[in-house]
Amino acid sequence: MNIETFRYDNRIVRAFALATIFWGLVGTLAGLLAACQLFWPELNLNTPFTTFGRIRPLHTNAVIFAFVGNGMFTGIYYSLQRLCKARMFSDTLSWINFWGWNAIIVAAAVTLPLGLTTSKEYAELEWPIDIAIAVVWVVFTVNLMGTILRRREKHMYVAIWFYIATAVTVAVLHIFNSLALPAGAFKSYSIYAGVQDALVQWWYGHNAVAFFLTTPYLGLMYYFLPKASERPVFSYRLSIIHFWALVFMYIWAGPHHLLYTALPDWAQSLGMVFSVMLVAPSWGGMLNGLLTLRGAWDKVRQDPVLKFMVVAVTAYGMATLEGPTLSVKSVNALSHYTDWTIAHVHTGALGWNGFLTFGMLYWLFPRLYNTRLWSTKLANYHFWIGLLGMMFYVVPIYVSGVTQGLMWKQFTADGFLQYGNFLETTIRIIPMHMLRAVGGTLYVVGIVLMWVNLYKTAKSGQFVSETAAQAPALSAQPAAPEKKVGGWHGHRWLEGVPVTFTVLVTIAILIGGLVEIVPMYLIKSNVPTIAAVKPYTPLELLGRDLYIREGCVACHSQMVRPFRSETERYGEYSKAGEYVYDHPFLWGSKRTGPDLHRVGGRYPDAWHYNHMENPENTSPRSIMPRYPWLLTRKLDTNVVQVRMKTLRRLGVPYTDEDIAKAYENMAAQQLRVVQNLKVGMVEADPDREIIALIAYLQRLGTDIKGSPASTAPKLAGP
Amino acid sequence: MIRNVLEHIGGIERYGILSILIFFACFAGVLVWVILLKKPYLHRMAAKPLESDSSETSPEETRHE
Repeated sequence: MNIETFRYDNRIVRAFALATIFWGLVGTLAGLLAACQLFWPELNLNTPFTTFGRIRPLHTNAVIFAFVGNGMFTGIYYSLQRLCKARMFSDTLSWINFWGWNAIIVAAAVTLPLGLTTSKEYAELEWPIDIAIAVVWVVFTVNLMGTILRRREKHMYVAIWFYIATAVTVAVLHIFNSLALPAGAFKSYSIYAGVQDALVQWWYGHNAVAFFLTTPYLGLMYYFLPKASERPVFSYRLSIIHFWALVFMYIWAGPHHLLYTALPDWAQSLGMVFSVMLVAPSWGGMLNGLLTLRGAWDKVRQDPVLKFMVVAVTAYGMATLEGPTLSVKSVNALSHYTDWTIAHVHTGALGWNGFLTFGMLYWLFPRLYNTRLWSTKLANYHFWIGLLGMMFYVVPIYVSGVTQGLMWKQFTADGFLQYGNFLETTIRIIPMHMLRAVGGTLYVVGIVLMWVNLYKTAKSGQFVSETAAQAPALSAQPAAPEKKVGGWHGHRWLEGVPVTFTVLVTIAILIGGLVEIVPMYLIKSNVPTIAAVKPYTPLELLGRDLYIREGCVACHSQMVRPFRSETERYGEYSKAGEYVYDHPFLWGSKRTGPDLHRVGGRYPDAWHYNHMENPENTSPRSIMPRYPWLLTRKLDTNVVQVRMKTLRRLGVPYTDEDIAKAYENMAAQQLRVVQNLKVGMVEADPDREIIALIAYLQRLGTDIKGSPASTAPKLAGP
Repeated sequence: MIRNVLEHIGGIERYGILSILIFFACFAGVLVWVILLKKPYLHRMAAKPLESDSSETSPEETRHE
């Protein structure tokens, strides 16, 4: 037989591993800062770059794309070569993948604090960076598929299926959710509006969790858990069912992020049913992971690597039981917009992704450096501190989530809201937020211990840049000895044909997306239009862009759900037709502060001015950051016509006259806001940013009241 | 033309049931497929991550930096 000798590339694995360790600390530190800002608002530092609205996306992007992204590439580049018995397809592509991905992360770390954001959760990066992501992802996919096609191993092990599903689906999700029309170098408007934008965003958002945080890590679990425990996978049958059921079902579940919103009922129900069903394949995977340790449980006591992995898989099981629970409409009615969701995602991020990454790194470093782990004891300390940190993180905010959710819904015996002032509910949960920060601190300390341990491990050994291996060429291998079943080889056959496999995966993930999104986009009856709803005036539009820039959507929803507790607090519930000109939608997913969809006309203009200058002026003990720069900065009005033209191309009915007279229209509205401010004893220049923001806030949710914004001059359009 | 047809597509209420049916058909297919797989193949595949080490040659042949 023709035996070939080749070398596995460990340099690229080390590069991604180091990036993982670095970004792990950066991402969690940003999270810790954001957590502390929630009970200590001074930590917003009164600068635009460090306010919660900008730090929060920095944290989520750093953890998801920088920490988990690099962790995923570390594991894939290590395991894929060994499972395929082949070096990566192209070293050049490997390094483009590494430097490209990390350059994108640096770009995110610069642009997000600058307020350059699309505001769509986990897809905040603006269009030039989006294009770079697409290019780097294609590079990764080509490298992945190229390696698989050049493998010396006939069958593709289950981990590789998960890698393929990740590559294909993330590409589809990223491209479709990021479709936007540029209106400047770092400004764009989503091509979708309102309800459609919300559905596409959460189809993306949910499946970013599924195919970025879950499937690649399941692949890593199926490789590193057997490796670390030196046991074969418990059931390969179960892994096949796990894979196909998970890949098929996950994609349908997105609408559970939009229960009781203006999304049509059929889409909500579909999302809920598929989410509940998802528990089956998820638990199939979890049990397959845990049962792989059968006969090896004694090792778990000794080996920190296995400890991390067991907790990771258990956290996966907990999060995937909780997810379907939260998708049930009646549970969601209480949990949505509260800290409960944050607790849920952190069980996944800290437990599943974090601990699996740590376990993998502790296993990998001694092998990459041909040595032993510097200190097993220190790794055990990391494990216990990390676990304690996780518990201190999630338990208090479960309590705070349920507490706040119940307070929002509590009526007195006379039928009035018991906690009519939203701020009461915020203040009540502050002690829980403090405890959460303690948990976060412990988790960060654990990562620092890991830095020390892995650094010392690397120092004590010698880096193995390439590992030599031998295997016969695929063409030289004899055909599989098993007999055909019913005339064909079933899954064995499929594992031998990666391209067909990839096509089938693509079909599986597209079915759900197409059935849900295409009708939503095309069938007009899904979004009943409301004649009274008009496009934003030029000044309101710029105000809305400021709202996006400052990340207000991180804490304020714009979606009043049809519950009495919400209509009493905020006003009329929100209708799908009210958002038809909202590119992008700004429904939000968390209410750290109150909903703002009906805030228009609720307070005088001067209230908003004083509130933005220092929220405690109007709301003592408020935890909202101060926005003093809005009062002094001049509004950039040069961009308004380009933005209106861009929106017109997306279907917003601005006429030529509207665009031509934009400046005139804007000046008139600015003047009216200034006059209103005077009534409230506030002197302000009309050309400041705050004026535009006030105009936008006062417009919110007023169209259906029959009296458009108090200060809004008429547009010529329909 | 296609857009026009889709815009006025009827029976949206049946989408839910249709989706569940598509899923169960696929699920049943995979189940049958998996049951028909042979034991030796399944055992060999389940041990694949462990086996891949054996192809690596002796440490002397590896490259150090």
